[in-house]
Amino acid sequence: MKSNILFGRIALGVYFIIFFGYLIGPLVVMGFTAFNSAAFPSITPWQCFTYEWFGELLKDERILNGIKNSFIVGIGTVILSVSIGLAASLVLTQVWAKWRSTFYTIIIAPILIPGVVLGISTLVFWRQVSDMFGGVALLNNGIFLTIIGQSTFIASYCMLVFVARLQRFDTGLTEAALDLGATHTQAFRKVLLPFMRPAIASAAVLAFLASFENYNTTTFTFGSYPTLTIELSQMVRYGINPSISALAVIIVVITVFGALALEVYGRRKKVKAGEIKKSKSLPGWMFGNIATILLVALSFAVIAMVFTSQSYSPQQCKADYREARDIETRLKIEALQAARAAANAANGDTTEEAGTDAPAEQGGASGAFGGVFAPTNLEDAAGQSDGEDSGAAAPASPFGGVFAPTNLEGSAGQSSGEATPSAPATAFGGVFDPTNLEESSGTSGN
Amino acid sequence: MSSGVDVNLENIWIKFGDFVAVREANVNINGGDFFSFLGPSGCGKTTILRAVSGFLDPSEGRVLIGGNDMAGLGPNKRPTALIFQNLALFPLMKVWENITFSMEVKGATAGERRKRADELLDMIALSGQGDKFPSELSGGQKQRVAIARALCAEPDVLLLDEPLSALDLKLRQHMRSELREIQKRVGITFIYITHDQGEALTMSDSVAVMRAGIIDQIGDGHAVYDQPATPFVASFVGENNVFRGKVTAVNGDEATIASNRSGELVSKITPAAVGKLNVGDDAMMFVRPEMLQMGEGDAKSTISAKVINEEFEGNTYSIYLEGEGGKQIKMAMPNLGNDPHKAKGDMMSFNYNANNAVVMPAGDLASE
Ligand SMILES: Nc1ncnc2c1ncn2[C@@H]1O[C@H](COP(=O)(O)OP(=O)(O)OP(=O)(O)O)[C@@H](O)[C@H]1O
Ligand SMILES: [Mg+2]
Repeated sequence: MKSNILFGRIALGVYFIIFFGYLIGPLVVMGFTAFNSAAFPSITPWQCFTYEWFGELLKDERILNGIKNSFIVGIGTVILSVSIGLAASLVLTQVWAKWRSTFYTIIIAPILIPGVVLGISTLVFWRQVSDMFGGVALLNNGIFLTIIGQSTFIASYCMLVFVARLQRFDTGLTEAALDLGATHTQAFRKVLLPFMRPAIASAAVLAFLASFENYNTTTFTFGSYPTLTIELSQMVRYGINPSISALAVIIVVITVFGALALEVYGRRKKVKAGEIKKSKSLPGWMFGNIATILLVALSFAVIAMVFTSQSYSPQQCKADYREARDIETRLKIEALQAARAAANAANGDTTEEAGTDAPAEQGGASGAFGGVFAPTNLEDAAGQSDGEDSGAAAPASPFGGVFAPTNLEGSAGQSSGEATPSAPATAFGGVFDPTNLEESSGTSGN
Repeated sequence: MSSGVDVNLENIWIKFGDFVAVREANVNINGGDFFSFLGPSGCGKTTILRAVSGFLDPSEGRVLIGGNDMAGLGPNKRPTALIFQNLALFPLMKVWENITFSMEVKGATAGERRKRADELLDMIALSGQGDKFPSELSGGQKQRVAIARALCAEPDVLLLDEPLSALDLKLRQHMRSELREIQKRVGITFIYITHDQGEALTMSDSVAVMRAGIIDQIGDGHAVYDQPATPFVASFVGENNVFRGKVTAVNGDEATIASNRSGELVSKITPAAVGKLNVGDDAMMFVRPEMLQMGEGDAKSTISAKVINEEFEGNTYSIYLEGEGGKQIKMAMPNLGNDPHKAKGDMMSFNYNANNAVVMPAGDLASE
């Protein structure tokens, strides 16, 4: 019995670790890459701790512009969606029961329609409208279209939030207000609206986040005002650097900060309303709340980071690292040149043999065949790679997986290349080591 | 403070679709009266009140307040204030803001409101509690805040929808006298709804007893208790013993019925039924438990029955006797120090004064 319970606990614990690892792991890894001086987002090998990517981020005109546009669109969407959602929820709770489910289905439909479809339809529809009025510029404006397009479904989300809250509203309160001489407007403003305030706040946050992260609707409507997600996706096409990770860190920190602040605020209200008790062991101003502690800790961490970034410089570390790497590379090249000489001496048949033998020589920098793919040669390889897409079935290739998809990714400057523990990469003695990619990525733009 | 005004309901019908919630209600309430609607749950009391306060329009008939037809006037235009069945205090406003809400919507300044709130808080014995939220008050305190909030609007008519139903017995009794006290002090018309007959009888100048949308009787407490107009009123208001039978003789305002078990019984015809009862009609005779005495009396007002049970309640004894159709006859006697000690199964005779019993045409009883 006892061991069963223990086993159950352990299983549950493992499950939670896996679950949270799955949820949070990628974010954590990405967070670390923002502080690694490697030019490509990675955590291994760790080069130098640096803040430079944050600086880089702040210098990137396109990202800054994207953020600006995202904010404008976000605020517009919040205003539009919250108003539409609130109105719809009020109608929904007041229409005849007979029509309620039909009305509900109609309003909820945009959530079920793919965002792409909404984007296209928004674009088409408003162009028609604009044409009808002889080409009104506003109706073709990217910001306008994006706000309209996103609101079509974000308003539905908002409405759901409002309906949930409204279901707990005692309509007797509105009646009481009317009975005491309030006009309908006053009853709405002084009784219903205050009651809805928490829901309006959450709907606004929800709407803003949904707008901020939206891509598939926006991609059709942004016109000449690309939002952040649009900019990011365009950047990824041309290769990325860790300033994107830095942006992710900032967004994550702000989100967590917001969530904690909301939690603290909510707790505080509940404590005041006497719904929950303060914990005795914590100072009063924390309202007995773990969220407060986390919030304070997070604030300190951010402040500490900002301060250290003023004085901290990774230049020395970087110089050291570069030197170490140069030495290593030189050694490698020498070793490879020796190996190549040996290979040239042998006849051509060994090529295949070397390819199949290679996986057995785990991590051997002395891989007989490896020299061909030495960094210096990689330029050639990348140059040819256009034609090699069809050769994706790597193991069958006589070139021993040289043109395996993972390798191509690597040379194209993609991050997944080194994250995948692909056999050829290790077999070829760290030739495709991320550190080498720094050099190759410069030449591999395609 | 405004003085009370008359409220008249003229031939009111209220229908929800096919369902008739209120049928042909004619009520005249005098200004400054404490008027109660009494009836079982679901009989249409709240519905009538909502028609008076303007939340719904009667399908037919007129509501007159102070002689003015209220048709087309919304609740915020009528000189009424309603205290809701669930109080409906605004949970996000402090007590003083709740109380002076009616001033706020008219544009009073915070200072004026505060001052008025303090006066009213004094009146309801809640001085100094104005800055609390309703959730921080006890049931009885909420009650009083609701009353103060309604009074602050200075209505001509105060409507109260079972405001005491959520309170425990002690507090309810206390609040009853307090309400009556307030009513006398402010002098406005109170229309009070309850399904508790004790409440209606103790507080009201006048009571309307309702049954499933129909007003059976309107009168003061004595009239409804001693001279019920229908079997429903007789059985709903207070405890009553019923005897059924056919009328064998009518003599002015007295009638005799032949009951199935107890032979001929004579009693007064209830005023509302005088002249409507004929020999051969099905009739019901009611005698209250406290109107029964032990021992033989006049042949036509003596009943014999088997003792089923005896209960001692401190100030009274209740003796339950076997009645007709499985129903029990209850007899209540003051405790004068002489325990009757009736063994179960004994036959026992008891009698009543014919002037203290009423007979009327047979009809529905309350909650049979
Ligand atoms: N809006 C409505 N639509 C349909 N029927 C209604 C509506 N309001 C009330 N009724 C019906 O009218 C009848 C009277 O309701 P009402 O609320 O007046 O009862 P009540 O006497 O106040 O009862 P209670 O003592 O339980 O409060 C009930 O049968 C109820 O179902
Ligand atoms: Mg009711």
